[in-house]
Amino acid sequence: MADQQLVKVTIDNISIEVPAGTTILNAARKIGGEVAPPAMCYYSKLQGSGGKCRTCLVEVSKGSEKDPRPMPKLVASCRTTVMDGMEVKNITSPKVLDMRAGVVEFLLINHPLDCPVCDQAGECHLQDLSYEHGKEGTRYEFQRRIFKKHDIGPYIQLHMTRCILCYRCVFTADQLTQKREHGVLDRGDHSEIATFIEKSLDNDFIGNVIDVCPVGALTDRTFRFKNRVWFLKPMDAHRDCPSCSGKVTLWNRGDEVYRVTARKDEWGEVEDGPDGKPAWICNTCRFDKKKTSDWVIEGPRMINRHSVISANHYQGKVGMIKPTEIFEAVHEGRKPKLLMDIHKVSEVNKPNVELSKIEGPAHAKDFRGAK
Amino acid sequence: MGVKLLLEKAQVAGIRSYDVYRREGGYRSVEKALKTMGPEAIVEEVKKSGLRGRGGAGFPAGMKWSFIAKPEGVPRHLVCNADESEPGTFKDRYLMEFLPHLLIEGLIVSSFALGSNDTYIYIRGEYAWIVDILEAAIGEAKANGWLGKNILGTGFDCNIHVQRGAGAYICGEETALIESLEGKRGNPRIKPPFPAVQGLWMRPTVVNNVETLAAVVPIINMGGEEYAKIGVGKSTGTKLISACGNIKKPGVYEIDMTISVEEFIFSDEYCGGIANGKRLKACIPGGSSVPILPANLLLKTAKGETRYMNYESLSDGGFATGSMMGSGGFIVLDEEQCVVKNTLTFARFYRHESCGQCSPCREGTGWMEKILKNIEYGKGKTSDIDLLWDIQRKIEGNTICPLGDAAAWPVAAAIRHFRDEFEWHVKNPEESQKRNYGLAHYADAIHVPA
Repeated sequence: MADQQLVKVTIDNISIEVPAGTTILNAARKIGGEVAPPAMCYYSKLQGSGGKCRTCLVEVSKGSEKDPRPMPKLVASCRTTVMDGMEVKNITSPKVLDMRAGVVEFLLINHPLDCPVCDQAGECHLQDLSYEHGKEGTRYEFQRRIFKKHDIGPYIQLHMTRCILCYRCVFTADQLTQKREHGVLDRGDHSEIATFIEKSLDNDFIGNVIDVCPVGALTDRTFRFKNRVWFLKPMDAHRDCPSCSGKVTLWNRGDEVYRVTARKDEWGEVEDGPDGKPAWICNTCRFDKKKTSDWVIEGPRMINRHSVISANHYQGKVGMIKPTEIFEAVHEGRKPKLLMDIHKVSEVNKPNVELSKIEGPAHAKDFRGAK
Repeated sequence: MGVKLLLEKAQVAGIRSYDVYRREGGYRSVEKALKTMGPEAIVEEVKKSGLRGRGGAGFPAGMKWSFIAKPEGVPRHLVCNADESEPGTFKDRYLMEFLPHLLIEGLIVSSFALGSNDTYIYIRGEYAWIVDILEAAIGEAKANGWLGKNILGTGFDCNIHVQRGAGAYICGEETALIESLEGKRGNPRIKPPFPAVQGLWMRPTVVNNVETLAAVVPIINMGGEEYAKIGVGKSTGTKLISACGNIKKPGVYEIDMTISVEEFIFSDEYCGGIANGKRLKACIPGGSSVPILPANLLLKTAKGETRYMNYESLSDGGFATGSMMGSGGFIVLDEEQCVVKNTLTFARFYRHESCGQCSPCREGTGWMEKILKNIEYGKGKTSDIDLLWDIQRKIEGNTICPLGDAAAWPVAAAIRHFRDEFEWHVKNPEESQKRNYGLAHYADAIHVPA
């Protein structure tokens, strides 16, 4: 990696050096936190994914050092590679936030919003996205798309009503298994994920489509309605599996194993195994080994940004790369506006200054000298 | 009488057959290009001619050709986009039906310029009978040594294959066309990489419209500089316009882009005026996806100048007061027509033809159609008009391919120029079911600020 050419890219005024050929999204993920655009269809472990959901649109305000012209349209950050000296605006661009709210609205108009009865609730990317970027109301007054539920095989159920057509499961089935039996039928707003005439998906690795599904469209039939994910305790565990890496997350309540999933990183994607390849797990591990005695438990799972039980536990990204040019350096000492640290503000606003006694708007000098 | 380059011989009896076409001077450009010019010289000639893509975007064809990557040992391809599915456009159909050999002649020259040994015509599935015409013409050309191995002893091999589409509008988008040609689902690819680098079977590919490739023939015959003298400004050469709607003489016309819009609609040489003694209300000058213009802005620009039938003049004023040349599907609406209904028809079309890959287009087109249906059938609200505006704004420019833009522009332009008609529909739900809003003030002279 040392001889690889590094390019400098500035995202929301934070600069970072990444290898040439990195996408804007992956560069932003290296910075981490709010700067990383949300992604519903992009999955770094699946070739060819991305570009479809349009939630990761960003504004490129400076193309590169050589060609500083801004890009005329918003670009999909998951499919646009960085150039040296590129300047990108994500959450500092009102245009991006406006368009992202629009995309969230588009994704939700045909979504049934049945979170209270959906197994994905709590770990749903669409929930996160709409909390973070959506508007509170809906302007859609028509009937939503309706599909029947389909059991595709003995383990997986497909709820097309909830699907946002990210194509991740299609890529998974295509790239992980030898037999590709499902794809997208029809087109436009009536297109659907389907198998070829009621065929079932019975491949040994097909259970991974449940892990890649960002919404509750593909659910685990051995876990459906058994429990809510936030009541379960995720534990790292492994077993000696002949067909996969055997490294999984067990979701326990008490001593009982409710479900088994692959280990997911902070972006909700399957983690890499020791061999550097994504540690997909086989159907036997996922659906059949539901006893604690089947597994060697390593310990509780690390809590990260994407974890279901991350509320009040979120400690920030482990090993986050610190930006080299922080806001204050770039802005000649001025504090950042959007990415501001709420604790610093409360230090300024000393509690012993009575705001109602200040005439007119409060200024910094009103707080100066106060304890 | 304007200059005719493409359709000059269209009415000669039996021009469809090889013998008559050859007697009328056909295949001269192939002889000239293959024997006396090299591939670079042809590209240079097309660049000099200033020929712009006739498919809709108007991108300079010579420039597009010069972008093609030339890696060692990788075959290159030329694909002719004959998937003409834009509502209102039928110029390629006319060209292929009457002058199949003209297209094949253009294809041979262009294939030679680009180094394509296997050239494809991707034709719209509904044009089933034209496939037979083209295949017969290809057979004749092959029998006479214009196609196949070692053409004219130059060592250049070229075969032309005709592939029928399956009836999807989206397959007219070049990357979706390539996907479909490869036998996959016709979903547009995410660019970059562009087809000029990785196109058909990941090989460098150029996709051009039928009319663009046919126009290569007169360019080679008369020389690029001579060709560039026809027309005006950056709109060089001649353009086929397929005129339809409420006019006396609908059909395909070849214009040299110097005539005014008024002349085109009202002169007897072209459309012959509005049918049944009605008055002109509005016009969509370049196929269903370009913005609609009311009569006053169509005939005169916002600055009060006469509007001409060429790329620059039609787009004068941007989308605020102008439109686009597009693919040349000239749709004329008279005073009896309802703009809301017209917009609904287009919205329904785009909803049906959206590929469903990216969310703004997949969900937004359906939403717009439902709202427009409510307004048209007397169930609309005033807020719906603003909602429509907001939806189109969020689709435009945020999609993978230009279909999102094509779906958003007609709605945007209809609201921009005909907002009072929309409001009238909303406020008079019962009356709007019985009669049309009529001409209103759309044909009034525009006020030009001094």
